[in-house]
Amino acid sequence: MTDVLERPHVEEPEHHGHDAHHGPSGLLKWLTTTDHKIIGLSYTVTSVLMLVIGGAFAELIRAQLASPNGTLVSFAQYNELFTMHGSVMIYLFAGPFAFGGLANIIVPIQIGAPDMAFPRLNALSYWLYLTGSITMLLGFFTAGGAANFGWVAYAPLSNSINTPGAGADLWIGGLLLTGFSAIFTGVNLVATIFYLRAPGMTMFRMPIFTWNMLVTAILILLAFPVLTAGLIMLYADRHFGTHIFSVAGGGVPVLWQHIFWFWGHPEVYILALPFFGMATEIFAVFSRKPVFGYKGMVFATISIAALSLGVWAHHMFTTGVVLLPFFSIMSLLIAVPTGIKIFNWIGTMWRGQVWFSSAMLMAIGFLVTFLIGGLTGIYLASPPLDFFTHDTYFVVAHFHSVVMALVFAGMGGLYYWGPKVTGYLLNERLGKIQFWFLFIGTQVFTLPMYLLGLRGMPRRMAVYPHDPQWKFLNDIASLGAVLIGISTIIFVVNLVVSWKKYPAGDNPWDAQTLEWFTTSPPPHHNFYRLPVIRSERPTWDHNHPEHHALAHGKADR
Amino acid sequence: MPSFGARAGDTTSSRSVFHLWQGFSIGAFIIGAIVLALLAWALVRYRRKGDAIPVQSQYHIPLELTYTILPILIVFGLFAATLVVENKEVANPATNVTINVNAFQWGWKFSYPGSNAVVVGQTTQDPVMVMPVDTNVHINLTSTDVVHGFYVKAFNFSRYALPGIVNQFTFRAVNTGTFFGQCTQLCGLYHSLMFFKVKVVSASDYATWLASFPSASAASAALNAQSGQSATYVPTKVTNSSGVK
Repeated sequence: MTDVLERPHVEEPEHHGHDAHHGPSGLLKWLTTTDHKIIGLSYTVTSVLMLVIGGAFAELIRAQLASPNGTLVSFAQYNELFTMHGSVMIYLFAGPFAFGGLANIIVPIQIGAPDMAFPRLNALSYWLYLTGSITMLLGFFTAGGAANFGWVAYAPLSNSINTPGAGADLWIGGLLLTGFSAIFTGVNLVATIFYLRAPGMTMFRMPIFTWNMLVTAILILLAFPVLTAGLIMLYADRHFGTHIFSVAGGGVPVLWQHIFWFWGHPEVYILALPFFGMATEIFAVFSRKPVFGYKGMVFATISIAALSLGVWAHHMFTTGVVLLPFFSIMSLLIAVPTGIKIFNWIGTMWRGQVWFSSAMLMAIGFLVTFLIGGLTGIYLASPPLDFFTHDTYFVVAHFHSVVMALVFAGMGGLYYWGPKVTGYLLNERLGKIQFWFLFIGTQVFTLPMYLLGLRGMPRRMAVYPHDPQWKFLNDIASLGAVLIGISTIIFVVNLVVSWKKYPAGDNPWDAQTLEWFTTSPPPHHNFYRLPVIRSERPTWDHNHPEHHALAHGKADR
Repeated sequence: MPSFGARAGDTTSSRSVFHLWQGFSIGAFIIGAIVLALLAWALVRYRRKGDAIPVQSQYHIPLELTYTILPILIVFGLFAATLVVENKEVANPATNVTINVNAFQWGWKFSYPGSNAVVVGQTTQDPVMVMPVDTNVHINLTSTDVVHGFYVKAFNFSRYALPGIVNQFTFRAVNTGTFFGQCTQLCGLYHSLMFFKVKVVSASDYATWLASFPSASAASAALNAQSGQSATYVPTKVTNSSGVK
């Protein structure tokens, strides 16, 4: 690459009053907007609120387990608490935060687009998500309480005989609405990424975050309609007299598990891939290097997505009806592209200039926590070890390591991209304090749960009268949960303390990708001008024209 | 070899599972340690020391190939070990001891085909499944209502009890003793209290125990009472579960 810096080619027409003429302001603007940045911000705020609500449920669960015969909540309330904790965190926080929130804001800017491809559909997605979230939570205000059959709603426990009441129906309805919201966002992301890239932004010049969002969106389109269909079947069984999942009517209960996990395992990666993308961007920027093994990274993401469609039955080994070794080897193989990513992340830092900002600390916290969650996941791909640990706290600990890793990456994303969206930085000192509470809290929270699982504590137990010796490890885990709660409070305090205090400027991190070329916050249609795009990091090329990425095989000096 | 938090267990296949666990754990700890060491090195050695821009290296194909191919080999090794143990564990060798296990909300019924023995108990009554040691015991597991999980920690084993499906597997206990079991799959309100016990006894004690049950007519009369208030064998409550609603 010999080209020297050239000034931007894309001419922006005079932009006087560009922001001003866009209609209403205040509440009406928020209600009627189709601007991807405002919608994305709404998504982010709503989903972080869900994180806090789901977290509060978790603290109650931990408080109940402080005693072997805990009486803080009744059995029925306990079932509602863990059901809604899981549902809120998975359906209403993790996914919407990633693909509705950060991706919605960042992807169009990263590829130089003025907005999403279908701005009105985008607005519809948000309103469906908000309505669905409220619908699901409204279950707490019904006579029978909220849904209480676990976030997986296994049939026939979820039928109208075993779980009568409106809470379960609201759960189904809420999930249908948020499911459609996800599908529409998926459509929007795919169309945006395929059709609205700026001149020069070829597929292999897209930042890893955008790549991951493309793959995530395709997974959404493949997986979510299956869940929607399953939910409609479940609703029909509950209310319209069908017997799809009931033995008495000739149905097959296990069919629900197939449908649910055919969505549910891709869903794991629908949740994880966006956060992998966030961490990837952060590692590169705060090591002042390009993403190591960029193309390998893209192929690893695609492999994970492809494999994830063929592993759903590893959630069902203990049903005894799917013991095919196929599901075991496919599940084990996911470790390979995941491992490639981990080594690429370390390779990105290697020989870099690692800057321990809050965002970078969060990304490192992600890597360590995800490593633990990933390694313990390998055990669960082996049916004999799954028979041994299934439905115990070992599994609970495993997926909490994974999802807490996502929380780390998400927090990193907020510290990293927040200034781009708001124009203001968060307080770095508070960010670092938050990190240490979150990091220590997460490990203190998850590691005892692995041991509890190995000692035989099943999940979803309101009491454990037979094994009061489990109290000790439970108390340690609860201490971790308290530390995580404190970290969340520190984050909220940081938001308040930093409110419009530290102006960010266009590119506070010397970041590399296109979104850092425009202003913070970006103007209505994102760019007044674009740089030349000759790699996946046009802003870096523009700022450091003499430091372009080294070609294949020239990494060694 | 360290146990990595697990136990060898009290059946033949639980020991194979345990060894598989150890193998996986050794691999996990070694790989985890390597990754953490590399990460720690990168963070310490390459921490920011100034504003110099580092060499912008992006690819190293031989290295990338290495950490693609090596994990594939490791994965196939793990898979091979998994297959050996799984085939052993799910084998159903011929036997003349069969126990039908029926899970219901919220208790267990253990019946012994060919004899009058039936054991029923719910929630904290902790019904006891009696089985002989050093004998292949064939289990037929099913559920009358929702999905339950039949989990015996000491056997390193669990299996769902599914309505409409009979799951079959075989235990071969190597030690006598009483082992704790419980439902692991959420099954409704009293899921937390759906306990049972497995009592492994000598073959002669097992025969004596089987013979101690009343005639077929009395047993069948009791069968329809799944409430646990029947004349069938209901063990005394061992646990103090006061305070539990």
